Formats: sequence, C-alpha cells, structure tokens
Amino acid sequence: MESQNTLRRTNALEVTGKNSAIERARFATRRVVNLIMAGLVGLAALLAVGLLLVILYYVVQRGFESFFVRADGTTGPFNFNFFTATPSEGGIGPAILGTLIVVGLGALIAIPIGVLAGVYLSEYGRGRFAFAVRFIADMLTGLPSIIVGVFVATLLVRNTFGHYSGLAGGIALAIIMAPIIARTVEEVLKLVPNALREASLALGVPQWKTIVKVVLPSAISGIITGVVLSIARAAGETAPLLLTILGIENYNGNNFIGRLNPMVPVGSLPTTIYTNAGYPPNEVFRISSAWGASLILITIILIFSLLARWATRGKKVR
Amino acid sequence: MQAQEEINTTTPVAGTVLAETAVKGKGMSVRNLNAYYGNYLAVKDVNMDMEPNKVTALIGPSGCGKSTLIRTLNRMHEVTPGSPRVEGEVSIDGQNIYAAGIDPVRVRRLIGMVFQKPNPFPTMSISENVLAGIKLNGGRIGRKEGLEIVEQSLRQAALWDEVKDRLSRSGASLSGGQQQRLCIARTIAVQPEIVLMDEPCSALDPIATLKIENLIEELKSQYTIVIVTHNMQQASRVSDYTAFMLATDGPGHLIEFGPTSRIFTKPTEKRTEDYITGRFG
Amino acid sequence: MAVSLDPRQVGTPKPRLNPGEGRSGADAIFRGLTYFSGFAIILLLVAVAMVLLFYSSEAIQKFGLSFISSDTWDASVDNKFGAWQFIFGTLTTSLIALLLATPIAVGASLYISEYAPRWLATPVSFVIELLAAVPSVIFGFWALAVVVPIMYNVPNVKGAGPQGVMPFLHDLFKGWPVLGDIFGRITGSGRGYFTAGIVLAIMILPTIMSISREIIKTVPPLQKEGMLALGATKWETINKAVLPYARGGIIGGVGLGLGRALGETMAVTMVIGGSVSAVGKGNLFTTGHTMASLVATQFNDAKAGLNLSAVVAVGLVLLLISAIINAGSRLLVHFTAPDNASLRN
Repeated sequence: MESQNTLRRTNALEVTGKNSAIERARFATRRVVNLIMAGLVGLAALLAVGLLLVILYYVVQRGFESFFVRADGTTGPFNFNFFTATPSEGGIGPAILGTLIVVGLGALIAIPIGVLAGVYLSEYGRGRFAFAVRFIADMLTGLPSIIVGVFVATLLVRNTFGHYSGLAGGIALAIIMAPIIARTVEEVLKLVPNALREASLALGVPQWKTIVKVVLPSAISGIITGVVLSIARAAGETAPLLLTILGIENYNGNNFIGRLNPMVPVGSLPTTIYTNAGYPPNEVFRISSAWGASLILITIILIFSLLARWATRGKKVR
Repeated sequence: MQAQEEINTTTPVAGTVLAETAVKGKGMSVRNLNAYYGNYLAVKDVNMDMEPNKVTALIGPSGCGKSTLIRTLNRMHEVTPGSPRVEGEVSIDGQNIYAAGIDPVRVRRLIGMVFQKPNPFPTMSISENVLAGIKLNGGRIGRKEGLEIVEQSLRQAALWDEVKDRLSRSGASLSGGQQQRLCIARTIAVQPEIVLMDEPCSALDPIATLKIENLIEELKSQYTIVIVTHNMQQASRVSDYTAFMLATDGPGHLIEFGPTSRIFTKPTEKRTEDYITGRFG
Repeated sequence: MAVSLDPRQVGTPKPRLNPGEGRSGADAIFRGLTYFSGFAIILLLVAVAMVLLFYSSEAIQKFGLSFISSDTWDASVDNKFGAWQFIFGTLTTSLIALLLATPIAVGASLYISEYAPRWLATPVSFVIELLAAVPSVIFGFWALAVVVPIMYNVPNVKGAGPQGVMPFLHDLFKGWPVLGDIFGRITGSGRGYFTAGIVLAIMILPTIMSISREIIKTVPPLQKEGMLALGATKWETINKAVLPYARGGIIGGVGLGLGRALGETMAVTMVIGGSVSAVGKGNLFTTGHTMASLVATQFNDAKAGLNLSAVVAVGLVLLLISAIINAGSRLLVHFTAPDNASLRN
C-alpha cells in the first residue's frame, strides 16, 4: 500500500515536480540542436547541388554566347563556322576533330583489350594470377592521369616517334580506359546466370563459343554502358594529352583524309580550353572560344553519361 | 538384372508415325564410376547399363549423388566448380567417353541434357532457341530446312501447337512448363543419342509435369532417356528401369538397379523397400 | 499431327566422337587471348613503374634523399632540383580540400539518405553524380573566371583597394601568431594554394559522397528504430547510431577523395599560379605548385638529362604517395563495409 503511494508520488514528481523544469530545458536544447543539424545538413546538400548548377549555368551561358563571337572578337550572328573552321576564321574545328581522333583511337585500342581482360577475369580466371590482374586493374584506375602522360611521353614522344602525335595521345587514353572497361565487363558478366552457360555447354557448344555467342550477348547492354562511360571520361582528360599531342590549332592537311593523320600533333577540346584560358581577358576570341569548347565538351560528356545510365536503369539480366 | 525384354522392337505411340528407319537411341554402360570434388568422393563405384530406347530413372533422397552421377554421363560434371574429377568408364557404342583424346564438347553433342530449372536463352526467339544447338556449332542450314527442324522438334516436344504463331517471340515469354518443353525441343534438335534429364519437373506445376511425363513416354521411342527424379511416383510412372542410390555415411552409391516394375513391387534390398514405402527419405 | 520427317534424316551431320581429337583448337586460342589481355594489364603497371624509375634514376642518384627535402628548383642557373615545395603544395591543397569537403559531403550524404523525401533524394544524388562527370579542365577554367575574382579583385574605381575573400581573411587575421602567417601577404591576384584547395574541395565532393551514401544506406534500420524508440531526436539517432556504424566507410570515402585530390592536375594547375620560387612558405595566399601541376607545366620543356629526370622523379613521388593512399583506402572500405555492399569503385 505504502509502496504504491511512493510510486505514484515519484511519477507525479517526474511529470509535474521540480525536476521537470530542468528536463524540459534539456529537451528544448536537444530539439534546437536537432533542428540546427537538420538545417546544416540541408544546407550542405544545397551547397553541393548549387555548385553544380552554378558551374553549368556559366558554361551554358557563356558557351552559348561564344557561338556568336567572330574571330576578331566582335559579336555577330550565329557562327556556324565555330564547329569547323580554324581559329583564324573564328572556329575550333581542329580541336573538335582532334578530340574525335584521339578518343576514337583510344577506344579502338582499349575496348578489345579491356573486354578480353574482363572476360578472362569473369570466365577463366581463378587463383592468384586472376587476383593480381584484378588488383592491378583497380590500382590502374586510380593512377593520376598525368603519370600516364609522363609514361607515354617519355616512351613514345621523346623516344620512339620523336615527336608529338595523335596516336600517342590515343594510347595514353587507352591506358586510362582499359582497366575501367575490364572491371566493368567482369562485373557485368558475373551477373549472367550460370544456367545459361550450362545450357549452352550441355548442347555441346565449346566454351569459347558459349562466351562469345551466349554470355556476352546477354550482358551486352551493361558492357556498352561501361564502355560509353569510360569514353565519356577519356574525352575530358587533359593532362596526358598535354604531354603527348601538343595541342595545335590548325588542321593538318587540306582534305578530310589528311586531317585524320594520327602521326602528327593534333588539337583537342580540353587542351584548347586549357591553352586559351590562360590568355588575358582582352583576347576576346580566345576566352570566348574556351567557353564554347567547354560547352561542347560538357555536352558530349553529359549526353554519353546520361545515355549510358538511362539505358541500364532498372535493367537486370534474368 | 532382367533387361532382356523389348530391346529391339519399337512400340508405336499414338500420334506419331515413324518413318521406316532403324535409327534409334543407343545404350550406355557405366563401369566403376567414381566422381570427386577435389579429394571428396561424391559418388562411389557405380556399375549399370542404360538400355537403348528405354527410360532409366535415378531415385534416392537429397544428397545421394544422383545429380552428380547424371552429370558425369555427359561430362558436365567437370564444369562444376570445386575441382571436379571422374574415374571409371562411361561407354556408348563401346566407346568410353572418358578415354584420353576425347573432346568433351563432342560428347555433349551426342548426349543432351535438360536441366531442373528451364533455361531458354533469353536473347533468342523460340525458333532461335530450338536451332541454337545446331547454329552455335556452326551447322549451316538453309531457312527452309531450319523451319522444318523447328517444327519437327517442337512437335516432338509437344509444344508446336501452342507456339506456332509466335515463333519469333522471346524464349523467356513462355510459362514454366512451356519453357521446359522448349528446352527439350532444343536438346533433341541436335539429334543426340541419349537425353539426360535432371529433375525436369521439379520447378513445374502438376499439369505441366503431366505433360512432360507424357512427352517422355513418346520420346523414348527415338531416344534413350535417363531421368533423375526425387518423386517416386513419377519414377514408377515413367521409367522402365530404376536405380536407387543412397549416401548414408559416405559417398553416394548404387543400392539396387533393375526393371521398375520389380523395384517397386519386389525390391531385393531392404533399404530400397524402406525408401519406396516411405519409411524414410 | 503426323510427323512427316524423321528429324534425324534432315541434313545436319550426325555427331561423332572422333577420338584422338582432344579439345578444339579454337577454345585454346580464345582462352590464350583472354589470358594475354589480363597479362597486358599487369604488364602495363610494371611498365609504368619501370619507365618512371628509369628516367628518374639520374636525379635520384644525384640528389638522393635530399631530393625530397630540398626546396630549390633551379633549371636554368644551378641545375639543382628538390621536390619539397611541390610535396608541400600537394599536401597543403589536399588538406584544405579535405577539411572543406568532408563536412559538406557527409552532411549532404546524410541529407539524401536520412532527411530528404523520396522524390527529392533521387534527383539530388543524380545531380551530384553529374558533378563527378565534369572534366577537371572545365572546373579550372570556371574557377579562373568565377572563383579567383571572388578571392581577389580590384574594382575599377579610382583609389579602390583589393577586395574579396583573401583580403578579408588577411585583414581579419593580421598580426595573429599562426593564422597571420597562414593568411599572409597576397601574391598572385587570387591564385594560390588557398584557391586551389577550394577548387579541389568542390571536385572531390562527389567522390566522398558516393561512398558515404552507400555506407549510410547499409545501416540496419533496426538500430535507428531502437534509438528513436528510446526517445532520441533524429539528430541524436544519426550521431549515435548511424555515424559510428558508417565511420569506417566514410573514412574510406575520405581516403579515396584524398587519392583523387592528390592526382588532380588541370584545375589545380590553372589556379595555383605556378611558381617555383618557394617564397613565403606556409602562406596559403601565395602561388606555388603541386607535384601534379609541376609535371604538367615543366615536362614538355624540360631539357633531356638531369632536368627531365628531376621532373619525372617528382612524378614518381606523386605516384608512390597516391598509390599508398588509394590502396589503403580501398582496403579500409573493403574491411569495414558489410558484405553485401558493392563499394568497390
């Protein structure tokens, strides 16, 4: 009886007694802290999002404006020449072509090696050799791209070829792309259910044909995504190109075939941006063409990235 | 083992008219077969003969090694992970498929397999699936010939009527039972001598199961069939010979083998009798 | 439903066992090709290491360990080279970047995973991933155009003094013991270590965020619910249940961000000012170089021989540092992440 009363009294104290003031104050502080932190966290997200939007805004606005700037720095009607002409005629055509050449070469070299290495890791590799390949591929993806540039430049530019070339740039990009493709292909192939391989083998199809005609086709969308994403990344690489292609401004020949020559220095969008960015503001055309190049480059990269992600959203290999 | 009856006569089955031909399934003999995963012996000392154009069932409780055993019959055991290894002989037409110098790929063209879970190729249409075994092996067939093969195989698999209007649809668009019959069509399209089936109905509903059991009855006139099943009633319905396996304390081994009618009515081993009557397993 | 043809008589060849043939040659060729490609990957890393070592050996032999500690870089008169100021530059800018980026990255990750309504979380994280796709050179160019003037600008008004973040901080801490030197005399008109650090911070935000977000998502809801049921506020739940659980992964993410910051070249080169004179050490408002920016600017014109060797040696030091940090962070993420999270980058 008495204990019950004590109990009730204690409870009453807690709710309405002396302690409650302190408790309420403490709870109020906790609530304030909670709100402040929620605010800070939201602010952080806002900042991160805001930064990207600000960057995009500048690039889009100034880039678009640059399409109206002529070679002498004055503004005029939309300058279609921007995409094809040389700088003296108000365009960055050589840079665009250069990017296509260098990225194209890089992809041509990196895709076969990367896909085959990925196939090795997923379908054949067991044991320590495979572990080494996987580990080293991961390390290579984290290699600073300037180091790749040093590697290719010392081997091919200073020595073997003796001069800057689009090919050297392409090789540098391939070195960056291949490990990424290899790991992506491995991951995607591992998702293909084993039942498919067994069905094919049980039909008397040799292993290599099973891989090429059954496994790879089922994983093709994931593979394409990986390849496209690595191309998008390579397109934006500047440092290795700086050391290997020289970054010229004019075309290498007078006809289309001549301009595709990879054995001579070429231009590229990122190197053009870098070079022109360093000019003082009174060089109107240079600065504005850097913005234009930035807009073109970012558009290419974003389209590739978005396409790749859109193509595989929600897709699963059954 | 009484295996003398009905070896060389074909029983006409309702609905099929056989061309006048002596082409039939072959028999298979297994001698001293041991199957390992690394150093672990999974199946020990199996000796048995599969009669041509008959259905042989492998039954036994889970883990008794029947799936491992059937996978040794077409050299699929060696593609499972875990350092698989086989000792012993499996012979077809007097030729040991494990002899040195035999390409396992060729073995699998002679001995087909249908798996527990239907696995049609999802990127191929129904007709492409049926022809997959032929096309993937580089066989060159004209369009007309291909269509004929597709129709024949799908008819033999009792699937033609259901899919004849949508042959170009994906293999994955069918129901479970239809997918399994598609896999059977795919398997027989390459004209194997022997068809192995590893629990072909365990992922299917009873009606689909019944259809496939009827199918097996029809198919045996042209192929030799070996079927693993955990369903004893199915074994007694469908098979001509039954092999009972157990893996109590140790590797799986053959307890008893004989004509199905005898195994299920007068088994010679007590353990067989216990399993059949449901006392365990 | 009569079967009109025995399928075995249709024209495909009957399979035969053909003993003596063994496995098909095509299988071996294909297999060999894939092995070779795997080998090529290994060969690549070995080749890069060997080339760097070979070309930097001249400088290393001449200067030994003092190469790392000396801050003289003289290519024209004395031909004496030391990498310390660039190591310092790399470490300083990376440190600034980490200090600025980590709280924002963790905060934004928490927001996306814990606070944001579902319809908002996806687009927000998508936008931030886009940030990762922006090339370094565009970052640098934008920073030159936008960030540098914010840091320091002289308005075009008669008699106006310099304005911006850097003069503000400089005046704020003028005369203070340590901070006064850190925010010291401004050279470079807005370029320098400080600006580079800020730009780097923006660039590594998505890197840290992607790992953090993944790991925060894997915190078992049971733990959070337990705390809430005890009467904790949302923030307390995060502080006491989520963050400790995710700590290892977040640190791994920070490590990977650091790894990226170390190797970042273009944006840093464009805003750090590029000076090799090592004046005003410790002063964030001066211009300088990082290892990456030095290599990027000096490699092409370096004279063959000692000069080139010294530049390559700087690259070697950079490679070693970033390899160690990257490997360490991967291991950390690997060992602290739950088994089902695919956190490998």
